[in-house]
Amino acid sequence: MTTAAPAATRASAPNRPADVIFKAVSTTAGVLILIALAGVAIFLVAQAVPAIIGPLPEDDSFWAWVWPLTFGTLWSAFLAMVMAVPMAIAIALFITHFAPRRLASILGYAIDLLAAIPSVIYGLWGIAVLAPFMQPAYTWLADNLGWIPLFSPPASGTGRTILTAAIVLAVMVLPIITALCREIFLQTPRLNEEASLALGATRWEMIRMAVLPHGRSGIIASSILGLGRALGETMAVAMVLASAGAVTFVVVGSQNPSTIAANIALRFPEAHGITVNMLIGSGLVLFAITLLVNALSRWIIAKTTVDGGR
Amino acid sequence: MSKRIEINDLDVYYGSFKAVEGVSLEIEPRSVTAFIGPSGCGKSTVLRTINRMHEVIAGAYVDGEILLDGANLYGSGVDPVNVRRQIGMVFQRPNPFPTMTIRENVLAGVLLNNRRMSKSDQDDLVERSLRGANLWNEVKDRLGIPGSGLSGGQQQRLCIARAIAVSPDVLLMDEPCSALDPISTLAIEDLIEELKQEYTIVIVTHNMQQASRVSDKTAFFNIAGTGKPGKLIEYDETTRIFSNPSVQSTEDYVSGRFG
Repeated sequence: MTTAAPAATRASAPNRPADVIFKAVSTTAGVLILIALAGVAIFLVAQAVPAIIGPLPEDDSFWAWVWPLTFGTLWSAFLAMVMAVPMAIAIALFITHFAPRRLASILGYAIDLLAAIPSVIYGLWGIAVLAPFMQPAYTWLADNLGWIPLFSPPASGTGRTILTAAIVLAVMVLPIITALCREIFLQTPRLNEEASLALGATRWEMIRMAVLPHGRSGIIASSILGLGRALGETMAVAMVLASAGAVTFVVVGSQNPSTIAANIALRFPEAHGITVNMLIGSGLVLFAITLLVNALSRWIIAKTTVDGGR
Repeated sequence: MSKRIEINDLDVYYGSFKAVEGVSLEIEPRSVTAFIGPSGCGKSTVLRTINRMHEVIAGAYVDGEILLDGANLYGSGVDPVNVRRQIGMVFQRPNPFPTMTIRENVLAGVLLNNRRMSKSDQDDLVERSLRGANLWNEVKDRLGIPGSGLSGGQQQRLCIARAIAVSPDVLLMDEPCSALDPISTLAIEDLIEELKQEYTIVIVTHNMQQASRVSDKTAFFNIAGTGKPGKLIEYDETTRIFSNPSVQSTEDYVSGRFG
């Protein structure tokens, strides 16, 4: 009797209709997302293969063609990160540790609002306001600091350089990095902050001893999320950047590399035949880069997450 | 490096809430003074005003004065950062910096003031502080591991080593044993007995046996009710507080008859 009892309860557990339906719905949703992802990957690979193996009309090989675009994508995203990450950390620290409470919440909303602006608006702002505004600065940089390879003359006459595009990108990724850093800095254990203050640390020393070490993995994670966005951003870059397909580190000149996403957006409407395959192939490269970046971030976060202290 | 503390008519406010009212007491150098009383009576708050750590909470301020060898800690132009460099603090729960090694934890406070310390001076200081905290023999071979890898009691002694490494005038302890097991508690109590030779120690504790074991003098705090400010009820020799207190509520509290 005792051995039979569990079996009896198991058999008698009723299959409630709501449970069955919910399980079916959620399973379907889970499977669909995998199918969609696999579909995209298969499409990209299948369409890219002719361009990768086949002869191309203008260029020597697919890789020689895609390299300047890849370079432009990575270089513009890198420049954007160099500007956005320190700025975002500084803003997040100001909001969490220095600003009066009311100002902090207003600033928090303002930063979140930046994320709500459509990228085409950023593109318009980049062309109409930022590029003309920066152009004199580029001329000055090329004239006076031209010996630094980054600023080799001649300067662009329009201001639509990769640096302008990177500034626009930096403003676009700023909100996501700031918002995440702010959350992480707020979670710094109070005990660690008090430990450093009680040793006679100033506010800034306390931040260096307690807040930043605690937030390190979060800063990396949020930066890489921002990087993902900067890599894939299409519209703003396509509008702002006057590209010439060059591979150069010069950030103020008129010979700028394009980016993969912007190049696809600009050339796809008129593409036909093998060119379509080439563009899709470049999309596959971008897909691989973002996948790699995301995997890297997960790995770094898993590695550097420390026990926040008890 | 031990100094005398004199608290004169101290009121502590959190915004508009008056948390502590009218506390006056004198603490002799090279002695251990225990603050006891029920939860919420303001004993931790008073302790924190001695190194101005209560100011970490927005809106907290005090009325009255605290003199350290005659110098008012709340005088105009006194920087709380400098106050905290003279008055060390050990917290309720061990809080070594989780990303720092044992060695870095001990040196954390010193390097704030003096960045150009030579390596051999640093080594000496680490050894002296850890010996002072009775931790040296347990960790001397693994100074490079993270401080959070130690047991709770060891972490707390590491925090004490960190606090005494800056040679403070006063050592404040806010329930330093409440998160520890009895054996670790005993180790900390022995340590307090030794540290008393060099420092003025003020300890907040919920454990009355602990207060009677470690302290020379005891201050009993109490509140009339929720929302009322905490007050210093009685301050006297520890033996007297626990054997023959002059106030009825002190007697009720120390004998466990407190409601």
